[in-house]
Amino acid sequence: MMEESIVYSYRPLLAILCPATAAILILLSSKRPNVRESWTIIAGILQFALVASMIPTILNEGVIKCTFFPTMFEGIAFGFKVDAFGLIFALTASFLWILVSFYSIGYMRSLKEHAQTRYYFCFAIAIFGAIGVALSANLLSMFIFFEILTVSTYPLVIHDQSKEAISAGRKYFAYLLTAGVFLLFAIMMTYYLTGTTDFTNGGIKALAELGPAYKLTMVILFFCFLLGFMKAAWMPFHSWLPTAMIAPTPVSALLHAVAVVKAGVFGIVRIVCYIYGVDLMTSLGLGLALACIAGFTMIVANLFAIAQDNLKKRLAYSTINQLSYIILGAGLLTTEGIRGAMIHIPFHGFMKITLFLCAGAIMVATGKKNISEMGGVGKTMPVTMLAFTITAFGMCGIPPACGFISKWFLCQGALQAGEIVFLFVLLIASFLDVVYFFPIIHTAFFKKPEGVAEEVEVRVKEAPLFMLVPLSITAIFSVIFFLDFILGLNIISMYFYKLVEIAVGNVVP
Amino acid sequence: MIVTAHFPVLVIVISMLSAFTILIAGRWNKKTCLPISIATISVQLFMAFFILNQVFTRGTIHYRLGGWAPPWGIEYVIDAFNAYVLVIVLFICLLTAIYAKRSIEREQPHRIVPFYVVFQLLITGLCGITVTGDIFNLYVFLEIASLAAYALIAVAGGRALKASYNYVIMGSIGACFYLLGAGFLYAVTGSLNMADLSHLLPPLYESKVVQAAFVFFVVGLSIKMALFPLHIWQPDAYTYAPSVVTVIIAAAMSKVSIYAFIRVFFSVFTTDFIRIYVPIATAISWIAAIAIIVGSVIAIMQSNLKRMLAYSSVSQVGYIVLGVGLYSTQWGLHGALIHILNHAITKGCLFIVAGAIIYRCGLWNIRDFEGLGKKMPYTCAAFTLAALSMIGIPPSVGFITKLCLLAASLEATEYVFVAVILASTLLNLVYFWRVIERMYFVRGEGEEENEIKMGEAPVSMVLPALILASLCIIVGILWLAGAKTPLLPVVDQAVNALLGTGVVAAP
Repeated sequence: MMEESIVYSYRPLLAILCPATAAILILLSSKRPNVRESWTIIAGILQFALVASMIPTILNEGVIKCTFFPTMFEGIAFGFKVDAFGLIFALTASFLWILVSFYSIGYMRSLKEHAQTRYYFCFAIAIFGAIGVALSANLLSMFIFFEILTVSTYPLVIHDQSKEAISAGRKYFAYLLTAGVFLLFAIMMTYYLTGTTDFTNGGIKALAELGPAYKLTMVILFFCFLLGFMKAAWMPFHSWLPTAMIAPTPVSALLHAVAVVKAGVFGIVRIVCYIYGVDLMTSLGLGLALACIAGFTMIVANLFAIAQDNLKKRLAYSTINQLSYIILGAGLLTTEGIRGAMIHIPFHGFMKITLFLCAGAIMVATGKKNISEMGGVGKTMPVTMLAFTITAFGMCGIPPACGFISKWFLCQGALQAGEIVFLFVLLIASFLDVVYFFPIIHTAFFKKPEGVAEEVEVRVKEAPLFMLVPLSITAIFSVIFFLDFILGLNIISMYFYKLVEIAVGNVVP
Repeated sequence: MIVTAHFPVLVIVISMLSAFTILIAGRWNKKTCLPISIATISVQLFMAFFILNQVFTRGTIHYRLGGWAPPWGIEYVIDAFNAYVLVIVLFICLLTAIYAKRSIEREQPHRIVPFYVVFQLLITGLCGITVTGDIFNLYVFLEIASLAAYALIAVAGGRALKASYNYVIMGSIGACFYLLGAGFLYAVTGSLNMADLSHLLPPLYESKVVQAAFVFFVVGLSIKMALFPLHIWQPDAYTYAPSVVTVIIAAAMSKVSIYAFIRVFFSVFTTDFIRIYVPIATAISWIAAIAIIVGSVIAIMQSNLKRMLAYSSVSQVGYIVLGVGLYSTQWGLHGALIHILNHAITKGCLFIVAGAIIYRCGLWNIRDFEGLGKKMPYTCAAFTLAALSMIGIPPSVGFITKLCLLAASLEATEYVFVAVILASTLLNLVYFWRVIERMYFVRGEGEEENEIKMGEAPVSMVLPALILASLCIIVGILWLAGAKTPLLPVVDQAVNALLGTGVVAAP
């Protein structure tokens, strides 16, 4: 582990203030839609610039600290500490927010949705929460943003306000706020045991030094943490995620493929690598337990996915499966495994968001939600379906999208850990990915639309440009990440590889 | 300097004088009542802040009434705890007075003058309980406040009469218990001064009379503050009283009863007594834990908003008492004292909103709240913030209470209490979210989006609600910021004084 140089800066604070300010401005300009939407865009770009401006410091093996105030509890300060791992998540979320904002404009206006001010307001607050989670210096600060994220996404989930949406919202709260309760308990317990909740490279020392008498306590504590991160949608606590798919598609895209669920896995990796530490995890045997849960989720979620006909629901189960790749990578407790887990966070974000954006585009252009109705969509919406196909390939771990790389690392991690079982789990899960993604592609390109007997001339009817461009950009990025790895350029891919390198170097001695 | 030295007594005197002034001025012109009342409370609040500042910088204030030396004369003793509660109570009273203008004009147009007279008497009582350092004097003020409260509740007529009658019976029983306790202590020590008692009592701790007196105090004050299972007077009283009265009773008066409870607990008696002679801490912690759960569960079953909030208060009183029960831990008493402010702010806001909804729409049943979020956006926003605070979403005040009590329970290794606190979060979620869901998201049958027109309550009602709602968040952050803000050091000082040698050193 290297000595870190600490840089004190207000940039993290400014970065999260962007969406917070935007939220207030959005409320104030609710009567003028164009002004309202431009606040979102401006805040998004500013925020991304601020987050990106932190890259050089981190690449220099530094951390950026911004302590706001010491809290009433001795040893816990409310503040931000940006390290390589946090920055990866922050970069992903803030970059994708810009794209999804554009997409939202196209989506919400095409469908003439109601309560758009509320929608943009909550979206901004949710991003505020997500970036806060990414940059937090300790568990308590993280918890505060975590709860803000939960509460602010609720109005988005039930946006439709139908009976079904409201009961979905109840389920969403029942799961995620119960999780919050477990998390709070785990955090206070950690504080009680160690006197600190700071994220420390290689784990909190005081926790590792507690000794064998506390072994059971630490195991229970770890499971409380796991329950607390129900946002990661590990089975059997996953069912809130498919239910939440009733939300408008941009919400499902950014929040339930990137911000909310990634906050969950982000938290799990934080616990594994920065609270417990790899050594303690190994000696308690918790890595294996975590990997088993993840392995189980991967296989079962994929089986569920095959059975879904609603495209968004199928994607939701796919998300559950892919999140467990990340958890599995962390659970393997090897260099390559953790590397794969960390790199899969941005990569899965970019790929899954493309898939969701495509689903939304299809819905706006054709009104179709179910896969069985999508015959011939490939001909009417070629760009959308091309983007879909590329990223679906990536999900299955097939080049030319970046999913291949993270899966490659994960497989190596499994080998490194000497757990051949998990290598097979990874491969089977990837195979199942193929099983449920290829029928979609097949239907879209090779099946005729229902009710059309003869070959009619197909007219291209894509979604509005506001929607098409963002999804193309994310698809292109998923390919660029792959090419960048092959060519080793490291510039066009936002330094993700370098950042992961540093993060892995920090946590594994 | 000469005037400021008399602030402890002036806080009470001007309040009482203003009650009579209102009575006389009100006969001449009804419109003078409100300005007089608001002016008085503002002056009182200013004095309270001044006292708080003085206590904080120079230490405890002793004021000898009429110059008679204690323990023969009545002594007013103000340390950080009194001053803290005094400021909270007067602040709530000020907002309530502003709020009262329109509310009482609508609900009791013929009784405006008597209302303000009794209201001012109630405040007199509350301030008196807070500043006094004499247990019998405390009883007198407790009765002044209670009698005023009985009258204010009864003003509404109808079912409120029965509620008030219940309260009279229960309250009088509570007062009797308290008086018996005071009498017993006087019989064995010959003193009524708290500081003096805390010095005279230790050798007598084994005496059954002293122990009985303690139990009488606890039971009497438990009735007054509606601790489960002695809360039965409370839901009816809160539900049927005029909106203004509910606000002040729920937010200010219950806090003062709790103040008296804690004061007797730690300043008349001492931690040694509670630990060794009447080991009551565990028992009341358990009672409080049951109160938290039962209060919340009953609240879930209510369809009347005010009644639901009333039961929620039962559970919130449980929080404070749980903190008191865990006094031996680092954060226990902190949690209790912090929650006194938190609950005053939050519950005050919620009852103000409940009153505003009744004022504007005449709705009290939660089922009828559809579309209210559009109709009364500011009121509902205030409600939402306060409800989130009740649930304990960070960084609101409710979250801070939860943190303190969790830390205390963990330190005491009482995992049952940990579970209770966490479970109550979810129970609070259930009954508050039901309301929010109705207000904002559930659509009525055949109801169109744009049909609902905005019809906000008057500014004098919305403003107090918004002030309190924003305080829910601001104060939460201030607590969290801990030592850097003036709030936590005041509580620190209060806790130290309580757990230390009693109210004061020997006179």
